[in-house]
Amino acid sequence: MADTTQDYTPGSHPDLPPPSSEVGVIGWLRHNLFATPLDWALTILAVYLIYVLVVPALDWMLFSADWAGETRDDCSREGACWVFARVWSKVFIYGRYPVEELWRVNLTFIIQFVGLAALMIPGVPYKKWTGIFLLIPYPIIAFFLLYGGAFGLEPVETSLWGGLMVTLVIAEVGIVASLPIGIVLALGRRSKMPIIRAICVAFIELWRGVPLITVLFMASVMFPLFMPEGVNFDKLLRALIGVAMFSAAYMAEVVRGGLQAIPKGQYEAAQALGLSYPKVMTFIVLPQALKLVIPGIVNTFIGLFKDTTLVLIIGLFDLLGVVQLAATNPDWLGFAVEGYVVAAVGFWIFCFAMSRYSMYMERKLETGHKR
Amino acid sequence: MSEAAQASPLQTSMSEEIAIQMIDVHKWYGEFHVLKDIKLTVNRGERIVICGPSGSGKSTLIRCINRLEEHQRGQIIVDGVELTNDVKQIDAIRSEVGMVFQHFNLFPHLTVLENCTLAPIWVRKTPKSQADEEAMEMLTRVKIPEQAQKYPGQLSGGQQQRVAIARSLCMNPKIMLFDEPTSALDPEMIKEVLDTMIQLAESGMTMLCVTHEMGFAKTVADRVIFMDEGEIIEQNRPHEFFNNPQSDRTKLFLSQILTH
Ligand SMILES: Nc1ncnc2c1ncn2[C@@H]1O[C@H](COP(=O)(O)OP(=O)(O)O)[C@@H](O)[C@H]1O
Ligand SMILES: [Mg+2]
Repeated sequence: MADTTQDYTPGSHPDLPPPSSEVGVIGWLRHNLFATPLDWALTILAVYLIYVLVVPALDWMLFSADWAGETRDDCSREGACWVFARVWSKVFIYGRYPVEELWRVNLTFIIQFVGLAALMIPGVPYKKWTGIFLLIPYPIIAFFLLYGGAFGLEPVETSLWGGLMVTLVIAEVGIVASLPIGIVLALGRRSKMPIIRAICVAFIELWRGVPLITVLFMASVMFPLFMPEGVNFDKLLRALIGVAMFSAAYMAEVVRGGLQAIPKGQYEAAQALGLSYPKVMTFIVLPQALKLVIPGIVNTFIGLFKDTTLVLIIGLFDLLGVVQLAATNPDWLGFAVEGYVVAAVGFWIFCFAMSRYSMYMERKLETGHKR
Repeated sequence: MSEAAQASPLQTSMSEEIAIQMIDVHKWYGEFHVLKDIKLTVNRGERIVICGPSGSGKSTLIRCINRLEEHQRGQIIVDGVELTNDVKQIDAIRSEVGMVFQHFNLFPHLTVLENCTLAPIWVRKTPKSQADEEAMEMLTRVKIPEQAQKYPGQLSGGQQQRVAIARSLCMNPKIMLFDEPTSALDPEMIKEVLDTMIQLAESGMTMLCVTHEMGFAKTVADRVIFMDEGEIIEQNRPHEFFNNPQSDRTKLFLSQILTH
């Protein structure tokens, strides 16, 4: 073909820059906000809604809010009064934990924070040992620090615990217990042995079929009826077991979904190499299955984290519980909204962090394999 | 062959040169009789090609040899050990018998090197540094040492299949089973895998290959087996098999694959 308009010999055409309508701010706006008349309308509507809703909310929370002061008389009531949150902040975090023992809670938090940071930040060495430390010695250390009763530490009854501290204790114990129990249940549910399968199915369906509130109620009201006179089973411990079992049942189904997605060929290739069943599961099937269901696992974790608020039902005061307690204090009536904002922000920070970390993990574990 | 079934002393003395023995083996999938009275003896160092129409039971046959499928009647003796329900014994036999699959079945979450060292480390208890070294040797043998740190998903089909072969070889197997190793490959990649297999055959490995690569059969096979509807219809040396097939079904099959 002798085309006279051709300026380049075939195969030597250079890459030209795209026209300005396709790239940059203009291109982005055109493609995302103003592509069609409908997009125009939606964009304008969105801007209007932001003006009507978000601007006053920000004004209330930040610009007209009161920050300084010690009592409710320092509140001008033109916006939020964060004096309330400041005055109650110790209770929000520690509940009624004795003030002179607060360092124990702080130390527990700090050890964990440093440990988790070392585990999650890439490049920090000794990840394996940090992980082992956090899983085995740390819970024991945390127990003695928080509960006391040994090493010269004053015992602090769990009835004095409260606030964010209780939320974190329940959520973390629930998370750490539910994943392994859930994995065992999921494997059991796929077992070839009918008895094991039946037990796992029964366990999962029983816990999944009952609302968590019912579980907690039964744990606090019915349990003592069956216990011998005088035996007192710690309320927090009962809640912990209830929450852990409940989440484990959900976790089992999430993990089972992952197991089902692993092709038969993976099992066969691993078996053909002479790997025994536990090794096939540990090295080949579970790593792939768990990676596949990271979003579901984290979803369950987040659900569990927020479900901890239900322990209010059995008389434990988690973050939301103490906020409500403070908001109904006669000296501080009328600050419920501020309280709920504090609780919401508190929960959101932890849940959002989990969500982001799971996205990071998914990207990190990506190996270019498409199913 | 039938005496061997009863006389175990004979078996042990024979196991020096016999790698695999299948004695009157039957298998059913539910009602479906998939393997019918299979009698097969494979000597050490022998290279066997199994062919036959799709659905004739070729895969099932070789998968019975490492117990990925269970047979219901007859005996299968691999490397002098009879396959029973004993899980430990099955794992032991599997560690001596390598298998290469049509769809490679590499472990996508592990690097090429980790794919190769996993079984030596956890089954053979080889120290990691030694396992790494041996795996690199095998990867060099299949001509992809430079891909060791990549993940399987980043390799071409032909490269993946060569990794799969290397992964099996890292266990130093006495027997290698291949189930249509080139069927899932693009035409331009078939040769690199066949070359690897030819090289392996020349090293004296006992090999059972299900394949329709008749060129491969002619070059390296000691014996070609033709299966149809769960039975071994005919087996012969490649020259005789291709030039002078005995049964009508073999003739029909050969005419179909050679003209297509
Ligand atoms: N797991 C199974 N359950 C039931 N039938 C099967 C199963 N696997 C294979 N078959 C059937 O057994 C026959 C032989 O299969 P296969 O050994 O894979 O044949 P080939 O490898 O020769 O194509 C086919 O008809 C197939 O449909
Ligand atoms: Mg097949």
